[in-house]
Amino acid sequence: MSSWIDLSANELLSQLEAGQVTSQEVVTAFLDRIHQVDPKVHAFLNLFAEEALQKASVVDERRKNGEKVGLLGGLPVAVKDVLCMKIGATTAGSKMLERFHSPYNATVIEKLEQADGIILGKTNMDEFAMGSSTENSAYNGTANPWDLERVPGGSSGGAAACVASQMAPLSLGTDTGGSIRQPAAFCGITGVKPTYGRVSRFGMIAFASSLDQIGPMTNSVEDAALLLEVIAGHDPSDATSLDRPVPNYREALKEPLKSFKLGLPKEIADFNPDPEIQKAVEAALEVYRETGATIEEISLPNLKYAVPTYYVIAPSEASSNLARYDSVHYGYRTDRKAMMAGLEEGDSPLVQMYSQSRAEGFGPEVKRRIMLGTFALSKGYYDAYYLKALKVRRLIRQDFDRAFEQVDAIIGPCTPKPAFKIGEKVSDPISMYLEDLFTVGANLSGNAAMSIPCGFTSENLPIGLQLQVPALEEERLFRIGHLYQQVTDWHQRRPSLG
Amino acid sequence: MELSRDDIAKVALLSRLQLNDEELDAMQSDLQNMVNFVEQLGEVDTDGVEPMAHAVELHNIFREDKIAPSLPREEALANAPDEDGEFYRVPAVLGD
Repeated sequence: MSSWIDLSANELLSQLEAGQVTSQEVVTAFLDRIHQVDPKVHAFLNLFAEEALQKASVVDERRKNGEKVGLLGGLPVAVKDVLCMKIGATTAGSKMLERFHSPYNATVIEKLEQADGIILGKTNMDEFAMGSSTENSAYNGTANPWDLERVPGGSSGGAAACVASQMAPLSLGTDTGGSIRQPAAFCGITGVKPTYGRVSRFGMIAFASSLDQIGPMTNSVEDAALLLEVIAGHDPSDATSLDRPVPNYREALKEPLKSFKLGLPKEIADFNPDPEIQKAVEAALEVYRETGATIEEISLPNLKYAVPTYYVIAPSEASSNLARYDSVHYGYRTDRKAMMAGLEEGDSPLVQMYSQSRAEGFGPEVKRRIMLGTFALSKGYYDAYYLKALKVRRLIRQDFDRAFEQVDAIIGPCTPKPAFKIGEKVSDPISMYLEDLFTVGANLSGNAAMSIPCGFTSENLPIGLQLQVPALEEERLFRIGHLYQQVTDWHQRRPSLG
Repeated sequence: MELSRDDIAKVALLSRLQLNDEELDAMQSDLQNMVNFVEQLGEVDTDGVEPMAHAVELHNIFREDKIAPSLPREEALANAPDEDGEFYRVPAVLGD
């Protein structure tokens, strides 16, 4: 019965709990949908159909016998291919890791399994999560389900596209500079970047460790609350994970906020967001006013420096993190014979092996970022670039701290423009970087943020509304987002993929 | 700052990325654009501002010094491009 894919995760969960449907039936419905539409969308890199059905039957059996069933109760989940899993390859969208089989599961994978989530497969992404379009994947791009000629955003493009096209009710992405929120905005779904440290990064292939965070990508705020509750929490294997209790986020949704203040950064106008996006955001502000919120103008004076700050810090951390791909312990290695034959007098075979393997294993954007990061960290330039960026990062954080003294949440567009055409920005890295304009601030400062659908352009492309709250205020974030979704239906619109 | 081709070649070596002439040219122009772009940070007055490397304050976390199982050798070697059952194999590091 194909209508199961039309339900939200929470609705499906109620049906599962009420015995109206089995996990096997739900998993089958989503697998059928994947077979039907993924040839057009290409959201998945790898499917675990057999394992998923097997696990679903175990959950069904336990439920039938009245045994305890985890929070996800047999719901299917899709996982971005940057998260290590013992089954299948974990590629991070890179040729470098084409044949990498992780010896362990990421902590979030363990948590999904303990909660009886059924992992359907791994989703496509920009290589090592570097990109805003999923075009940097070594395994072909992913199409935007609303317009197959456009990108789904990135780097969690597959994760967003699979939820938007009803191939999975829940999906995990990762966000270093906007990689959950921007694709969520482009695909018309809900995407949450939790507070830095809220979710363990153990087993997430690192891009920029001080910015990376795993988060839910779903059909609604309610569904995101469910998924975050499962994956959040302290983990001894990640020293940066916060040792703080995990609230019952779904329970929090039942106590709506009485009155609250939303802040609209006045600097957003300086970047000329698309007029249709501005209109949609203004309409969303009106919706909030009607529910009793007050809107205030706030200032984030260093907003214009967020992207350049990010493009020093993130590549610097990446150049260091990606130094581990040495073609010795795991990953791609160049052909030895050809390499040895090409050696010139005085060349070190070992250095040549590293350099050639890395040159062949990494794609162009990853190389650019490694180069920029290596440059910014190198002797003579460290102070002028890396240290300078760390100082501006502090100023950006202070802007947020001041804003949050004034308002409960910051509101604005998630992206300056809607989804762009495939190929439109590949030859212009800087224009691609500016996709992160409104989203990188939350990563630099560490606070929580979310994109929810707030309308469509005249070309029927989704528009994302970004909400940002202080660190560890996810309950507030969800309440504010949920309130909007109770009085609007943008999040229930679906693309017509046939 | 202006990046010379030598600068690019040096950074490529530090990055352990083999780039051919054509790639070096493309990288020189891309990297120059990126460096120009991030140089706008120079406009910001950061006198007396503490650098911020992390969003949460990091402190040492100690655990009990207990012996626990680690990754078995077989599994550690399973992804290696070349190994001899005990060690990872690489091309000769020292001359013959």
